Amino acid sequence: MRPDNPRSTRPRHPGSGRGRTRHVPRGRQVDADALAEIRTLLDGQSLRRDLLIEHLHRIQDRFGCLSPSHLAALAEYMNLPLAEVYEVATFYAHFDVLGDGEEAPPPVTIRVCDSLTCRIMGATELREALQRDAGADVRVLRAPCVGRCDHAPVAVVGRRQIDRADAATALEAAHGGRTEPDLPDYVDLDAYRQAGGFRTLERCLDGGLERDAVLAELERGALRGLGGAGFPTARKWHIVRSRPAPRLMAVNADEGEPGTFKDRFYLERDPMRFLEGVLIGAWAIEAEAVYIYLRDEYPAIRSLLLTELPKLESAGLMRHTGMHLRRGAGAYICGEESAMIESIEGKRGLPRLRPPYVAEAGLFGLPTLVQNVETLYWVRDILEKGGDWAAGHGRNDGVGLRSYSVSGRVREPGVKQAPAGISVRELIDEYCGGMQEGHTLKAYLPGGASGGILPARLDYLPLDFGRLEEHGAIIGSHAVIVLSDRDSVKDAALNLMRFFEDESCGQCTPCRVGTEKAVALMSRPVWDEPLLSALAQTMADASICGLGQAAPNPLRCVLEYFPEELE
Amino acid sequence: MTAPVRFTLDGVQVEARASETIWSVAKRHGTVIPHLCHADAPGYRADGNCRLCMVEIEGERVLAASCARLPADGMEVSTDSPRARAARAGVLELLLADQPPRDMAPDPESRFWHWAESMDVRSSRYPQRTAPVPDASHPAMHVRLDACIHCTLCVRACREVQVNDVIGMAHRGIGSKVVFDFDDPMGDSTCVACGECVQACPTGALIEAALVDERGVGRDESFKEVHSVCPYCGVGCQIAYRVADNEIRAVNGRDGPANANRLCVKGRFGFDYVSHPHRLTQPLIRRDDAPKASDCDVDPADPWTHFRTATWEEALDRAAGGFSRIRDRDGADALAGFGSAKCSNEEAYLFQKLVRTGFGTNNVDHCTRLCHASSVAALMEGIGSAAVTAPFTACADADVILVTGANPTENHPVAATFFKQAAKERTLIVMDPRGQALKRHATHMLQFRPGSDVALLNAMLNVIVTEGLYDRSYVEQHTEGFADLERNLEEFTPESMAAVCGIDPDTIRLVARTYAKAERAIIFWGMGISQHVHGTDNARCLIALAMITGHVGRPGTGLHPLRGQNNVQGASDAGLIPMVYPDYQPVDDDDVRRRFQNVWGTPLEPAAGLTVVEIMHAIRDGDVRGMYIMGENPAMSDPDADNARAALAKLEHLVVQDLFLTETAFHADVVLPASAWPEKDGTVTNTNRQIQMGRRALEPPGDARQDLWIVEQMGRRLGLDWHYGGPAEVHAEMQSVMGSLDNISWQRLAAESAVTYPCEAPDAAGKAVVFEDGFPTDSGRARLVPADLVPPDELPDEQYPLILTTGRQLEHWHTGALTRRSHVLDALEPAAVASVSPSELRRFGLEPGARVRIQTRRGHIELTVRADPAVPAGVVFVPFCYAEAPANALTNPALDPFGKIPEFKFCAARLERSETASAARAE
Repeated sequence: MRPDNPRSTRPRHPGSGRGRTRHVPRGRQVDADALAEIRTLLDGQSLRRDLLIEHLHRIQDRFGCLSPSHLAALAEYMNLPLAEVYEVATFYAHFDVLGDGEEAPPPVTIRVCDSLTCRIMGATELREALQRDAGADVRVLRAPCVGRCDHAPVAVVGRRQIDRADAATALEAAHGGRTEPDLPDYVDLDAYRQAGGFRTLERCLDGGLERDAVLAELERGALRGLGGAGFPTARKWHIVRSRPAPRLMAVNADEGEPGTFKDRFYLERDPMRFLEGVLIGAWAIEAEAVYIYLRDEYPAIRSLLLTELPKLESAGLMRHTGMHLRRGAGAYICGEESAMIESIEGKRGLPRLRPPYVAEAGLFGLPTLVQNVETLYWVRDILEKGGDWAAGHGRNDGVGLRSYSVSGRVREPGVKQAPAGISVRELIDEYCGGMQEGHTLKAYLPGGASGGILPARLDYLPLDFGRLEEHGAIIGSHAVIVLSDRDSVKDAALNLMRFFEDESCGQCTPCRVGTEKAVALMSRPVWDEPLLSALAQTMADASICGLGQAAPNPLRCVLEYFPEELE
Repeated sequence: MTAPVRFTLDGVQVEARASETIWSVAKRHGTVIPHLCHADAPGYRADGNCRLCMVEIEGERVLAASCARLPADGMEVSTDSPRARAARAGVLELLLADQPPRDMAPDPESRFWHWAESMDVRSSRYPQRTAPVPDASHPAMHVRLDACIHCTLCVRACREVQVNDVIGMAHRGIGSKVVFDFDDPMGDSTCVACGECVQACPTGALIEAALVDERGVGRDESFKEVHSVCPYCGVGCQIAYRVADNEIRAVNGRDGPANANRLCVKGRFGFDYVSHPHRLTQPLIRRDDAPKASDCDVDPADPWTHFRTATWEEALDRAAGGFSRIRDRDGADALAGFGSAKCSNEEAYLFQKLVRTGFGTNNVDHCTRLCHASSVAALMEGIGSAAVTAPFTACADADVILVTGANPTENHPVAATFFKQAAKERTLIVMDPRGQALKRHATHMLQFRPGSDVALLNAMLNVIVTEGLYDRSYVEQHTEGFADLERNLEEFTPESMAAVCGIDPDTIRLVARTYAKAERAIIFWGMGISQHVHGTDNARCLIALAMITGHVGRPGTGLHPLRGQNNVQGASDAGLIPMVYPDYQPVDDDDVRRRFQNVWGTPLEPAAGLTVVEIMHAIRDGDVRGMYIMGENPAMSDPDADNARAALAKLEHLVVQDLFLTETAFHADVVLPASAWPEKDGTVTNTNRQIQMGRRALEPPGDARQDLWIVEQMGRRLGLDWHYGGPAEVHAEMQSVMGSLDNISWQRLAAESAVTYPCEAPDAAGKAVVFEDGFPTDSGRARLVPADLVPPDELPDEQYPLILTTGRQLEHWHTGALTRRSHVLDALEPAAVASVSPSELRRFGLEPGARVRIQTRRGHIELTVRADPAVPAGVVFVPFCYAEAPANALTNPALDPFGKIPEFKFCAARLERSETASAARAE
């Protein structure tokens, strides 16, 4: 061995000598303690990529926020890039993603529904009162429609929804720790089976019913997709069935269209009837698995499904398919079917370009049957009572039964099962006990935020698919919001445009930039009508999905039907 | 084959090819539909998000994005309807609203401004949103998100093309934001600075920092574009220099066969070394009062302590005079030459010819000796050819990709992008003691014990043979020696080898079965395999794996040693090797030698010459006295560097031809200022056997001269009647003695930029995959050579308990002579660093960033320690590019007996807190 050679370390080198070398590899490093916490929390959980949002929920639930150290640890644990975890976490409103050194939000969050119905029922005043009185341990946020418009205004304390809320009740719940929802009084598996439930499913599974016969019956019953598009259900099932296996089914329980609460209504009362429809659908298209995507705003329904689904499993009612319950995370766009599929895959909810349609290449690239809750809810009744029974309903040339979510200035808001094609005038008078005292019908939204705003003089139009388009409106999810002479339609349109701005996924220019510019222009005292018209046209023509295409509907309706409000 | 789709485009009947979009068909018919988020470049999926390419389709409710829409039979498409035009103008006006004014834009000549101008959208009526703040945290790139249009090209660039996975699109709606990791400043993120995002960005929101001023505003400059090939690694990326005022301002990737427009940080940002103030611009002669010593340390910025300037006449006379003096006095074998794998094929060829004909010796070698000499030895022995059997892009055709002893994301970054892409759908097996970025993409990651390659590989072979998973008919038809191999493998059961290599038997079985049962499997390896005393054995095992399973000679199969230097394949092919002439023709074969004597017109030495490390030993022994070193830096790159320096200092006559006063040049008698790669024309051969054309973009500074000219001048002064009119003439002579260059003329290379050899006709593409039916061995069969366990030469013990392993870093090339003089690369990795696992650091009571001393039996260095979880416990990794702490002062010069390659990857070492640093702190 040679003695130490002091020459080995030399002062001279070709570098500038200006920088200092990093003490760790590039970028954010994973904190060992945070990794241990994530390991413990997710112990035994699958690390499949599509479960990212589920795991983010677990962390948010456990720690009340998503800290950078936990997110980095999750990325490491799930073997995902940091950016991929971050972009998903920050996409969804129900995740509180912290910056470095940022403090966790207060333990209780109160979300005040800011959608049109709640707004005209006093949500702004409620929120201001809450913000004034909440104190440091309660956070008050604005939230998009929580699906309880028949009880407006609504505040959500933690996960607990407070109907016809005032600040005092909400704060009482917040400070009293009452932040979890009560389980609704619903027909459970036993009760449902005792009343004859699941016999139709059993007949399907046992060979007592043929697939073709089932499809034929649904076709006779004129069942259509009631999520908003109205696509004939039997035809959709036929298309998916004709695609090569494996096939999947995804159930859209991400009801988020402002003014819509019919899916919640059914799920809270008679979830088994819905599930029977789901399982018949899965049987009909031979789905390998069903994914139910439930919006995070409906935690009570999640609880009851978590209770009931294992019972169905034990009862052998799901022997023909797999079942996954997935939790949304606060993104209206995920009600769009391809965005929902992206979200089920654990990604940001960006709608896909079509074609290919989801029936060809949907969830995980496989042919996928996507159906809305209510559509499936009707399957059992149509199969048992017959297609002719269903088709026997209808008014003004409409065919079938519809569930209208009615809210706003009517005496008795709520879900109204009524004949397809009924007019708003008939709906208000026959089903809702008329207008509220002292209110006169001025305008109505036939299909939630996207459906446009029609003036009272068009109160005779049939509320059905394909009947409103020539008037610049669509029926969509049949969410009817009634405005009166005391409401400003211009303000309503701005409220709706703000909603679209908040909920735009941001993927395409016309919607991302268009909603923002529209809000800016519509917030001005005087509207630049030619520019807004041009903008509306660009958004409607060039947006990727229905959100951006329909977002200008209310704006266009104001320009068309309510010029007096612009003076 | 699907029938073409017939549809109407602007009233004209057209046909679309399979999966051709409306946009592409329109372009083919002469209509370029405006587009921003669509790159129309290899690897970039159309995303259809900017909505600038909207067209109207008869009967559809809304417009369609032509970049992403496939036409259908009978469709009537209008690119020019008033509705489509209005929508496109509307979209552009929306985007323009939030852009900075053109004269404040980061890139006023961006695609965005091009379309705004050509669509005549000059202003926007919409109110502007609040502009995000710029991010200048990265030395190479500037971020100005006020110019961002959210087209996601950067996201696709980072995630889908380069698969570096740093950029995301966070938040949503109008709040959407391009982020690095967790919205970190770019300079603090995991960004590896490949610059793909910058090349993809259509607005300049992400732009080369060199192209904007301190406010991020684009400089008013026009560029000349010169097409060439990257001079760094063996991948051989094609590039386009953007030149202004005789300076390379920026570099773009071109669609070369090995890079498909992609580059890495060095190829994109590492060219400013050519104009570094240290650049040699005139010949130097050692001052008479500057004695040589092994510790001679010269300041490259101020060489006048040891050197004086000279004219080229004087310097060349002095240089050549020294060689002829020694040759005539001591015989030709007292001379030796090191060429360089950094130089062109033509330079390598002429250099070895100079040594063989002007000096009269075969003592000519280059750094291939330090890289893949053992791989070459095993491949020549096994299959009669040392080049790769398939390009690395063949990974896209494979079912199973095996990468071992290689860290491609650092050393072959663009090749790594192809591996990462392939791994999204295929099985990737990575076997390496150190963790690495590929780990995240790997199906199986086997971090075996350093130096136990043969144990692991033989155990895999054992499984394949004992379980009958080998390809019997292939073995019978195309190999020999299987019985010996089988016998030798008996004792290498996974159970017995698990204890040696540290991989459990089940995993060994799983991986062996996965490889053997694959329809198509391909093996890539690097210096983790070759730089051992058992490097040849390691490579023999890999060859056996491929041969007994028949994973060679078909698409998606093969053996691919990832070559290190940009032209190590070409320099070897050109004969820069002591035992062979160009094309690996043995010097001791009388027929061969006679042929070369005829062509070269001089008698040739029949005995093989000495290799790199042997030459150093021969200097010490007084046998070699004069050396000509062109572009190599053995003072930094040879093992046991202090001894190497002592040898260099002992030379009676040393001539160094280089760009800078390297550590080797400290010991020179004459230093000849040479030309940098962008200053000359010449061809290079990459790891894929693709010969590519490098083109001159700059004038050499001062009186620096072309290397080819210098070698030619040297030849003339050594009595050779050389008159080459430039590289084309040298290339023509090479074609006359190298069958591998058949049909690959200089003119063809000039026209096509890249041709793969072997190539069967002047108008045919070269053969990417070779050996579909037998091998160029005497028997036509592959020879299977059993390997036994040979331990590393120097095992850890009580005194030196750790394993030192050396290698490269992404940012630095070889000995750092070029890259440490590049502003960006120096800023990213500015100082010597040793990587140790965090747990090991805790064990030593050291904190990350501590100053440490690493000691081996050969010397010690002091440097900063980095806590790196990828490094296994018991191991220290030190890159060898840092002159202030040269890793090779520590390495073991023990050689592999076949390849004569030193064991750079393993020696025993000790780590402790630096006393000088503690002392300094105590003061």
